[in-house]
Amino acid sequence: MNEVSVLIGGKAGDGINSAGAMVAQLLNHLGYRIYLYFDYPSLIRGGHNFAIIRGRETATGTCGTQVDFLLALNQETVDRHKGAQKTDTVIIYNKDLVKTTGEGISVKEILAAEHAPEIMGNSAIIGGFARVAGIPWKTLEEVFSSHIPKGTDLNLRVARRAYDQLASVHPVPPCSNQPVPLLTGNEAIGLGMINGGLEAYVSYPMTPSSSLLHFLAEEQEQLGITVVHPENEIAVILTALGFAYAGKKAAVGTSGGGFCLMTEGLSLAGMAEIPIVLLVSQRTGPSTGLPTYTGQSDLLFVLHAGQGEFPRFIVAPGTTEEALYWSAAAMNIAWEFQIPAFILSDKTFSEGTYSTDLSRVSEIPQVIPPAVDKTTPYRRYSDTPSGISPLAFPGAGDAVIKVNGYAHDEAGITTEEADMVDLMTKKRFRKWEGLKEAMTPYQQVITSGSPNGPAALLCWGSTAGVCGEVAGQLGLRVVRPVVLSPFPADSLKKALEGTSKVIAVEENATAQLATLAGLHGITCHEKILRHDGRPFTPELLGEKIREVLP
Amino acid sequence: MTGRQLITDAQNTWCPGCGNFSIQHTLKNVLADIEKGGQSLDNVVLVAGIGCHAKIADYLNINSFYSIHGRTLPVATGIKLANPDLTVICCAGDGDCYAEGLDHLIFAAKRNIDLTVIVHNNRVYGLTTGQYTPTSPRGFKGKSTPSGTREDPLNPVELMLASGATYVARGYSKKMDLLHTLIREGIGHRGFAFIDVLQICATFFPAADYYTPRVYDLKGHDRTAFEAACAKAREWDYNSDAPIALGTFYQKTSPVFEGKTGAGKMNAGERRQAVRELQKNRT
Repeated sequence: MNEVSVLIGGKAGDGINSAGAMVAQLLNHLGYRIYLYFDYPSLIRGGHNFAIIRGRETATGTCGTQVDFLLALNQETVDRHKGAQKTDTVIIYNKDLVKTTGEGISVKEILAAEHAPEIMGNSAIIGGFARVAGIPWKTLEEVFSSHIPKGTDLNLRVARRAYDQLASVHPVPPCSNQPVPLLTGNEAIGLGMINGGLEAYVSYPMTPSSSLLHFLAEEQEQLGITVVHPENEIAVILTALGFAYAGKKAAVGTSGGGFCLMTEGLSLAGMAEIPIVLLVSQRTGPSTGLPTYTGQSDLLFVLHAGQGEFPRFIVAPGTTEEALYWSAAAMNIAWEFQIPAFILSDKTFSEGTYSTDLSRVSEIPQVIPPAVDKTTPYRRYSDTPSGISPLAFPGAGDAVIKVNGYAHDEAGITTEEADMVDLMTKKRFRKWEGLKEAMTPYQQVITSGSPNGPAALLCWGSTAGVCGEVAGQLGLRVVRPVVLSPFPADSLKKALEGTSKVIAVEENATAQLATLAGLHGITCHEKILRHDGRPFTPELLGEKIREVLP
Repeated sequence: MTGRQLITDAQNTWCPGCGNFSIQHTLKNVLADIEKGGQSLDNVVLVAGIGCHAKIADYLNINSFYSIHGRTLPVATGIKLANPDLTVICCAGDGDCYAEGLDHLIFAAKRNIDLTVIVHNNRVYGLTTGQYTPTSPRGFKGKSTPSGTREDPLNPVELMLASGATYVARGYSKKMDLLHTLIREGIGHRGFAFIDVLQICATFFPAADYYTPRVYDLKGHDRTAFEAACAKAREWDYNSDAPIALGTFYQKTSPVFEGKTGAGKMNAGERRQAVRELQKNRT
């Protein structure tokens, strides 16, 4: 199988992320399926940033430790990533700043010759890479024209000079795939939400959710939505609940610390039965932890957050195709059942860029809330067989709409009567039963790899790619629940049938999915855990699995 | 819906003599006026926090969002941004709005969002049975401060002037005519309207004997003069003995905070089309 890996590194502020995106597009246009991992410390200038772009003939969601091309904007990239270099790794570097061997170009000279600003230095490096990798000039032209809206010509001239100085010493063969959209996990989540009817996104900046706030704020006019950034996360969720009360579908986005502040509002949504969608993108905790690194340690927190008991939906997509589909589904589920619906992500997924095959994403119809019966006085919490009460919105006329975070009666008036509290609790939990039933037609557990392998990897979320790849090499099965609440215990048991060994693979210290599965009678025999903020690589995971295989 | 009964059947559980009765009665009369003026009450939403004040959400027969402690303003902000045609009124308490939710109050004023906030300021936590609040006077003996507080109160009128509120007023639950005027003006004001209402707590802070001889009407005060408003606001600091001005301290016209964007301009199908376009551009 054709496969190629490129690492591009420089200091924070060098535009590594956008340069990485250009490399990803070049490989996309050569027919590769892409995964881009972006690694950066929590600072604005000066630290070391790098991106690894992996291209593969078939879909990928992970990258290895070794690369075929190293694009060095500074010396640190070469020194720091010695471990990434194989004997045939080609280094393409700025020889004004970097001392090494390989394919050097003088960025300073090229920029001076074109009277181009310093920021265009990356285009020189990319031009050099394109030539070394044997990528046709036409492809580079196409990619720059589509993805560099400002100063395309000058960037092309800068790239051309580097292109002409080097030779195709390490050509990358093209693949037969057509190029597909490249989306980050957060972008796919946002677009999925809009497909599900999102009208307002409310968020306070917190890595790794912020890139969704930035993306939707930037595109709000084109996408026809409102984006609001209030004073803190407490205000975020309450503002979103205000939107929903007034009839606008709203979502919020945050990470662990911000979600801590949202829990009282979450519980209000549960009690007052107000639909809301929440993106919680995990990073390394506890507390501030590692703000720009990954983790999977908030599953049980999100599952139990908020005082009292109320139904909630949680989905953890592992691919951008799943994110597009399930984010739309989460909007629908929130509005159909009038409950909170979570999209649980992490830094690896939220900020990773993925090839997105839209032909694998089925559209789902939008939920239309049940109509209000105007012949009787409207009661916001009318006790129906399904537990779902028709929604009405202020300003539409002929209804007094009273929502309430206190225990309340059917009209929404506060009550402390035991019978009414009992009735309303049962009403809310009839929705839970209805939700479980409604989940049946969905593919809630993804199974891949070898069905007859000696063991199954049990994982969730962003480790989909790495587990899939390693299982492919070792002949193992991968079982991955996408829906985590209501917990798809039956589908999971079925998917694990015939396996003698279940190996939990998680990026936390306590194997939270394994714990949850254990509550449903599913035993994990081995646990492979990583909790240093970095995602598993195929090499590391493969080695750990080999240690525990019979 | 027209000619509705404005009071619900919910059993009223405020203490006899509670200042909340006057505030509710006044607000009810203002609502009746609004309806008489040809505006439908279907377009009015009341948002309440948690505390004695908030029971008003149960008692007034209008759209309401009975929120949680301190969180009237962010809910109201969401409602107003979602549907600017709605008239959104917050009834909040002093513990609710000046302690638990102070950040939201300051930011709502800073944004000049078109809402009206009526703070039922009884200067004590009633529902939790008598602790000091941000506006209790120094030395207040509450259940959490049995030997008296050792801190000065906030001056919410001064705070709101500093925060950018564009309508700032103070009422008193025993001066219902003035209160009626202030609430009407507040609702009519395009922008953030703040009304601090000195409210009697019959059980834990029955301060009528203190307020009544000291209050006076701000007649003749130039409400457009910011410096004069600040001076009037500082006259009584909610602590030391001084005349207590009632009425409108300040009002100005200023751009209001609105949901800038295309929400509402596109339907769900058009949004999906926009998503498809964007995906294409990422290829």
